[in-house]
Amino acid sequence: MHNFDFVKPGSVAEAAEALKAEDAMALGGGQTLIPTMKARLNAPSALVSLSGMAEMVGVSGSDPVVIGGATTHGQVAAEAGYPALAALAGQIGDPAVRSRGTIGGSLANNDPAACYPAAALASGAVIKTDRREIVADDFFVGMFETALEEGEIITSVSFPVPAKANYQKFLQPASRFALVGVFVAQFDSGVRVAVTGASEEGVHRWSAAEEALSANFSAEALEGLSVASDGLMSDLHGSAEYRAHLVKVMTGRAVRAAG
Amino acid sequence: MTELSMTVNGKTVTGKAEGRTLLVTFLREELKLTGTHVGCDTSQCGACQVHVNGQPVKSCTMFAAEAEGADVRTIEGMANADGSLSVIQQAFQDHHGLQCGFCTPGMVMTTAALLKENPKPTEAEVREYLEGNICRCTGYHNIVKSIMAASGQDVSAIAAE
Repeated sequence: MHNFDFVKPGSVAEAAEALKAEDAMALGGGQTLIPTMKARLNAPSALVSLSGMAEMVGVSGSDPVVIGGATTHGQVAAEAGYPALAALAGQIGDPAVRSRGTIGGSLANNDPAACYPAAALASGAVIKTDRREIVADDFFVGMFETALEEGEIITSVSFPVPAKANYQKFLQPASRFALVGVFVAQFDSGVRVAVTGASEEGVHRWSAAEEALSANFSAEALEGLSVASDGLMSDLHGSAEYRAHLVKVMTGRAVRAAG
Repeated sequence: MTELSMTVNGKTVTGKAEGRTLLVTFLREELKLTGTHVGCDTSQCGACQVHVNGQPVKSCTMFAAEAEGADVRTIEGMANADGSLSVIQQAFQDHHGLQCGFCTPGMVMTTAALLKENPKPTEAEVREYLEGNICRCTGYHNIVKSIMAASGQDVSAIAAE
């Protein structure tokens, strides 16, 4: 790994200032960034640690549930008063990964197979940064791409709590990411379905399922639907056709589990 | 190089680290605490697990600088004060929970974290909690048995000695 300057700011304002340095990067829990730095896929000049600021850590509120950007998966699993979200956080990686990895880091990275983007998109979460608020529908732009600008910091994420919700993850056992994961959230205003792990564009909504489930919230409502394999990922873990099949299966499971 | 200070196994320690120095490198090469192992160096295997402020972490995937001021516990801090094996360590010995022993430091640290969170886990809960710890010798069965025994549960019905 190339060397870098380690910066531990005391406030979000100090962190934002430090991130103005050329090739500086924010460090959340490092559970993705450190492996990529070992592989020399990333070589920042400076890492600005976001983990030591009390203003960015913690879970509060009941609806919406507000989670600080530097809150670990483990803390969300233990404390979030949004059961489907807590359960999702408790299935990320393994216990040691959950002790370090953060929600802000996961959302900012927008790995196409990560779990949190599905929760944020299906819940209609609002991502708050040091500059503005971004609704989830505008936040996820593409694979590893978000609406975040250079040096912009996710300070918190605000989750409206649905009447019913569930996340079903078909585990890719080597990476512990989702081969396909589906988050279903039923609000008074309708149902939102977000799919991770499947598309080459990253997390996305499945609008046909949303329409069917908004009319009839049952797994049977999905029966007539099919998922096209165009634009889905294909790799040694699963073909695009297999992932397309899984999207429907996992959506049905999520609806059944949500009750 | 900067000077870092942290508490490791109850003692205040200082040592030098670059920005890129991993916690496991700091523990092994600066503090000479070589009980924490590097297996895969890709945060898969868990041989490098230690506790930081009471939480299990993979020390190959955390910078030493992030542990500045933290309370770190390693396998060297797991024995009883008189040097005898702790309940967890003794259970691993009694139930053949190790063969080559390379993964064992991580297994013991993970067990301690699990039992703190869940003092009487079911076998399924133990297996789930071990998701981030890889052992290539035992087939896990006797590790699970050791952990169940360390939690004070009857393991006579768990087969495969």
